[in-house]
Amino acid sequence: MSSGHHHQLYRAGDTPVHRLPPQCKLAAVAAFALVVVATPREWFAAFGAYALLLAAVAVTARIPAGFVLRRMVIEIPFVLFALAIPFIGTGERVQVVGLSLSLPGLWAAWNILAKATLGVVASILLAATTEPRMLLLGAQRLRLPPMLVQIAMFMLRYMDVILDEMRRMRVARESRGFTARDARHIPVVARSAGALFIRSYERGERVHLAMLSRGYTGSMPVIQDLTPSAGQWLVAGTLPGAALAVLLGAWGLTGVWGVS
Amino acid sequence: MHVPDGFFNLAVSVSAGAVAAAGVAVCLRGARRELDDRTAPMAGLVAAFVFAVQMLNFPVAAGTSGHLLGGALAAILVGPYTAVLCMAVVLLVQGFFFADGGLTALGVNITLMGLVTVLVGWGVFRLITRTVRSRAAITAASFAAALVSVPASALVFTLLFWIGGTAPIEIGTVAAAMGGVHTLIGIGEGLITAVTVGTVLATRPDLVYGARGLAAPLVLRGADGDRVVTPEPEVRAPARRPALLFLLPGVVVTFVLAGVVSVFASGDPDGLERVAEDEGFGDQATDHAFGTWTLADYGDVAGIPVGVAGVVGVAATLIVAGAVGYAVRRRNRGHDRDRDHGRLSV
Repeated sequence: MSSGHHHQLYRAGDTPVHRLPPQCKLAAVAAFALVVVATPREWFAAFGAYALLLAAVAVTARIPAGFVLRRMVIEIPFVLFALAIPFIGTGERVQVVGLSLSLPGLWAAWNILAKATLGVVASILLAATTEPRMLLLGAQRLRLPPMLVQIAMFMLRYMDVILDEMRRMRVARESRGFTARDARHIPVVARSAGALFIRSYERGERVHLAMLSRGYTGSMPVIQDLTPSAGQWLVAGTLPGAALAVLLGAWGLTGVWGVS
Repeated sequence: MHVPDGFFNLAVSVSAGAVAAAGVAVCLRGARRELDDRTAPMAGLVAAFVFAVQMLNFPVAAGTSGHLLGGALAAILVGPYTAVLCMAVVLLVQGFFFADGGLTALGVNITLMGLVTVLVGWGVFRLITRTVRSRAAITAASFAAALVSVPASALVFTLLFWIGGTAPIEIGTVAAAMGGVHTLIGIGEGLITAVTVGTVLATRPDLVYGARGLAAPLVLRGADGDRVVTPEPEVRAPARRPALLFLLPGVVVTFVLAGVVSVFASGDPDGLERVAEDEGFGDQATDHAFGTWTLADYGDVAGIPVGVAGVVGVAATLIVAGAVGYAVRRRNRGHDRDRDHGRLSV
C-alpha cells in the first residue's frame, strides 16, 4: 500500500450517485450484497445481470473502469485461494486439458469468485462516490452505535499521521542499510512497532488535551443536513430493488418451468 | 485472512453477525471503564495503530510472509474491551473503504479477528500474569497470548467452515492447512507482540493496560530520613464476569442455531455429510427426525425449491439475531442514559 492511499478511495464528482445521502447508499450496497450472496450459484444469468447493474451505477457516477480495476487488486489473495479449490476439492472429478479437477470444487470456486467480485465492486463504487466522513455520518444515521462511529472517525483522522510516522521510521531504518529478510529481523520490526505506539499515543494525548481546551465534549459537531427525502431513498433503492427483481425473476423461472 | 462475500453461506454470515453485534455491544459498555472520557479519541488512535501494524509484513519461513492480526497486542496495550472495539472499527473501515473483506462477511471477520483473538489472547495473558507478576512475566505472557490467539482464530474459522463453508474441501485438510500456517504466523505474531510490549513497558509502563499495578509505589525520602510512601492510584477493577456470563451462552446459542439452520438453508451437503460420504459412513445415518417435514432434505421433499427453504432458514436466524441485538440494546440503553445524558446529541 503506497503513500496516503486512502485519499484515492474517493473520487470527487457531482453526479446523481454522488449527491445521494450516504445512509441511502450504505443501505443500498448492503442490501445488494445480501441479494448477491443469497443467489444460488447455478443461476449464471442472474450474476450477469448484477454485473450489468453495477456497470450502470459506475457509468452514472462517471467512475472509469480502470479506477475500479486498479482497486480490485485487494481481491487477489482470495482469487488465488479460489483457483486452488478445484485442485484440492473432494468429490466427482472431471478432466480439463489433462488436469484432474473436482467438479464441486469448480462450482465452489465460481461461487466465491462471482460473489466476492460483485461485493468488492459494490464496495469500491460506494467508497468512490462518498467521502469517508460522510459515509461514517451515514452509518450513524443507520443507528450504528455513536461510539463506534466516533472511533472510526478518529481512526480516519489519525491514520495519515500514523502511517507518515511509520514511513519516517522505515526510511530511517532503510537509510541505515536495514531490510527485513528473515525471522532474525523480527525484533527490529517489533521495536519499531513499540516506538510507533508510544509516539502515536503521546501525540494522541496532546491532541486530546488540545481538543478539550477548545470545548470538545465527547462528540463532534455535525453541520450537514443529512435527512434524505423519500425520492432519494427511492433512487438508492433501485440497485437492490433491481437485483431483487432479477433474483425473484430467476427463481420464478426455475420454479415454474424447471429451467436452471 | 479477510473473508470475502460468498465464502460462507448466508446463515453462518448472519449468525456470526449476531455474535459480533452482541460482542461489540458488551464491549461498548466495558470500554468506558478502561479509557473513561478519552474512549473515542484514544480508541480511534489505537485502531489506526492496529491498521498500520497490520501492514507490517514479517517473514515467516522460506519465502512466505505473514502480517500481524494485532488482536492480542491491542488487548494487552489498551485492555480487552477497547481492543475489541478497535478491531471491529478496523475491520469496518477495511470492509467499507478498502473493499477488503465482504460486507456480508463482516460479522464473520469481526468474530474471527476481533472477538476470538482478543478473548483468547487476553485469557491466556491473564492466566499467566495472575500467578507471576513481573516485567519478564508480562513479556512472556504477551508472547504466549499472541501465539495462541492466531491458531485459535484459525480453528474457529475451520469450525465455521465446517458448519457453513461453500467450498467442498475436507474439513481435515482445512484444519491442517489453516492450523499449520497459522501456528507459524502465530510464532511471528508472538515475537512481535512480546518485543513491542517490552519496548513500551521499558519507556512508558503506564501505557500498558496489562501491566497496571506493576510499578513500585513512589517513595519520598526527606532530608531528615523520613519516608513517605504515596499510595498507588486505585486500579479500577474490570467487571468481566457479567459480560462473559452473558456473552458465552449467546455465542453457544447462535452457533447451535447456525448449525441447525444452515442445514436447511444450504443447497449443498454440508462439511459433515461430505466427510461422512467420503468416509463411507453416510449410509448408516438414519433419516433425519424432520424427514417428513417439508423443509427437510434441503427442501426438495415436497417440491419446494431450495430458495424457499433458504429464505425460511435465514428469516428464522434473522429473528433470533434481532432478538439478541434488541436485548443488548435495551440493557445498554438504561445503563447509558444517565451516563451520556446530553453528550450524544449529534
